[in-house]
Amino acid sequence: MDFALTQDQRLMQESLARTLAQACPLDRVRRFAGDLSDTAGDVWQAVADFGLAGVVVPEEHGGLGLSLLEAALASEALGAAAAPVTFLGAVLAPLALLRGGSAAQQAEWLPKLASGEVTAAAAISEAVAGARDGAGVAAAGGKLSGKALFVPGGLAAGLLIVADTAGGLHLVRGDAPGLTRTPMPGLDETRRLAELSFQATPAEPLSGGPELLAALRDAGWVLLAADSLGAAQAMLDKAVVYAKERRQFGRVIGSFQAVKHLCAEMAAELEPCRSLVWYAAYAFEAAPAEASLMAAHAKALTSEVGRFVARTATEVHGGIGITDLLGLHFWFKRLGLNRQLLGGPERVREIAARLQGLPAMEVGG
Amino acid sequence: MDLNETPEMAAFRAEVRAFLAAHAGDYAAGAAKDVLAWQRKLLAAGYAGRTIPREYGGYGAEPDILKSRIIAEEFIAAGAPRGMAGQGVSMLVPTLLDVGSEEQKRRWIGPTLRGEIIWCQGYSEPGAGSDLANLQTKAVEDGNDFIISGSKIWTSTAHAAQMMFALIRTEPKAAKHEGISYVLIPMDTPGIEVRPLKTMTGGAEFNEVFFTDVRVAQDQVVGGRGRGWFVANTTLKHERGMLGDPNATEARLSALIALMQSETVDGQRVIDNPVFRDRLMQLQGRVLAMKFNGLRLLTSQLTQEPAGLAGLIVKLQGCELNHQLAALAIDALGELGILYHDGPHLRAKGRWQWNYMFDLGLIIGGGTAQIQKNIIAERGLGLPREPKPAAA
Repeated sequence: MDFALTQDQRLMQESLARTLAQACPLDRVRRFAGDLSDTAGDVWQAVADFGLAGVVVPEEHGGLGLSLLEAALASEALGAAAAPVTFLGAVLAPLALLRGGSAAQQAEWLPKLASGEVTAAAAISEAVAGARDGAGVAAAGGKLSGKALFVPGGLAAGLLIVADTAGGLHLVRGDAPGLTRTPMPGLDETRRLAELSFQATPAEPLSGGPELLAALRDAGWVLLAADSLGAAQAMLDKAVVYAKERRQFGRVIGSFQAVKHLCAEMAAELEPCRSLVWYAAYAFEAAPAEASLMAAHAKALTSEVGRFVARTATEVHGGIGITDLLGLHFWFKRLGLNRQLLGGPERVREIAARLQGLPAMEVGG
Repeated sequence: MDLNETPEMAAFRAEVRAFLAAHAGDYAAGAAKDVLAWQRKLLAAGYAGRTIPREYGGYGAEPDILKSRIIAEEFIAAGAPRGMAGQGVSMLVPTLLDVGSEEQKRRWIGPTLRGEIIWCQGYSEPGAGSDLANLQTKAVEDGNDFIISGSKIWTSTAHAAQMMFALIRTEPKAAKHEGISYVLIPMDTPGIEVRPLKTMTGGAEFNEVFFTDVRVAQDQVVGGRGRGWFVANTTLKHERGMLGDPNATEARLSALIALMQSETVDGQRVIDNPVFRDRLMQLQGRVLAMKFNGLRLLTSQLTQEPAGLAGLIVKLQGCELNHQLAALAIDALGELGILYHDGPHLRAKGRWQWNYMFDLGLIIGGGTAQIQKNIIAERGLGLPREPKPAAA
């Protein structure tokens, strides 16, 4: 009966941070960013060896059988390391299979996902953040047609979970005919996005409809919020270290209140986000009635605070902060993607208001 | 993480609800005159002084964050006052529990919890605000007594208080921080003069207190002579918690939501205006984050782990959030937000306007926002202190 991480969860955090420090130092991130043929398979292998590919997959299917809270802690660690890993699909696809898949589908896919042998991606942006540039996928007669944008990890995924325009969800094999994948070159150099095009592509429907879609949306929001928490904490930590080292006017700059107060403001904004992310992740399974609202607020607040920390931590570094050499920009851009993907804060807060029945009428947007 | 409601907790919630339903009339509007009776009722039921040992007049319950949360939630839902939360209950009592003598605990805690003794805090002075350790109100030894002279400022409730806990310079030869004692002073002692200090709200929520040869027994010192600075830091920690209380912030958010749902402009509810709705949602996200930060703090108190940044930020963030909630309420009122004094169109007795002004005082008081940022940066992030200026 407490509001804290368990001993096991803390050990997982420490051990994962060590694993990522080894598997994914800044040099490794930089190499991935500069080479589109680099898929960072070694980093994924380290993550899979840790068990994260199957973090929410039940043990009988070869996974760790843990909750969204552990998945969020993993996401936070990946954000802190700016790891070139698209983790969303590794959690959302098993959730979709567990809640909306048949026993046969679960038996076929969950073990492969848990081992990391097959990666998955979720194409739900149109259904959650709204359709842009005419995107949208129509389902008819077991086939999908149309386009899905902004699919993290969608370029290489062997399994796709796809939302249609009616709120239904489908399972599409990576080698399905009529599926075309195109890179969407983005700001964030640590995670790649795909545009998926479907032309009468065979798909298997998942059951669960709008409820399943809402669950995937909520889990996605929590994971992005946790990634932002980790990335922002990493930027704050770097700013504090720099403020203790860098000397000007004969003193370390962290002894000037102008600089010290920027660091304090970042900490004061970021620390409450940690508790909100924990609770939103916990509520996903333990308090379903408020899970969507908490996920929405976690996503929106970490987006706002993430933007503030990204610019402020860069500013504390002075001129070196904006250079490629320092590499702080990898986290800056990662926070930028987390903010926009699956809906920017304005849209997510509007959904939060509707979840509480606050507005009188359905409003567009 | 485990906040599941067990059957035991569900039963406890039902018990709190039943208590509030049965005693609804006691705290209804107009019944405020009997605050003391309400306080006694809360103490007897364990909704005030909950974890304070019975021998000192508390309820003696084991700390339980879930039960604390259930009480807070149910009192907010019922719109019931939480009982006395003045400086005596919130600051002096925890300090006495930490560092008071057995005799001091037995003498002061019970009557304070029952509301029989109202306390005021004598810390700040005209020349010692943020630089509190520079305080000059001094005590000279005279037999078993101290003779105190000087003045204090920003002393809320001094006009109503029977007692003051004060920081007094008792060791003139000691270094700045080591010459101070934490002294309990009866306010009816000859030589004490209280002058109300009128503020921008139009009220006089604070006072100045002047001491001219005020005689106090030396055994009224808490925590030892010259230890006052360290005792006071214990108290300030409790004040930071009180000034950023997330339960109070949550109650204010509920009132703001109700306001935006009931107020209309040209027949349209304010909540149906997307700009206002988004501002409300921004604040709701922050209120929730501080609520869970508060639960995390309670857990760390329970497990006696250091709370770190989660504790250091509460005063800064909580006071700022309260102020922003009042600001949004005024904006939601539009031109009605101009009104402040009694009149036909006035809303909530001008409370939102009053809060907007008074809360600015709370952002400044109890350690200014800037001092809070120094504390967060130095104690929380390990950044170096400002170097001492070279002697001029």
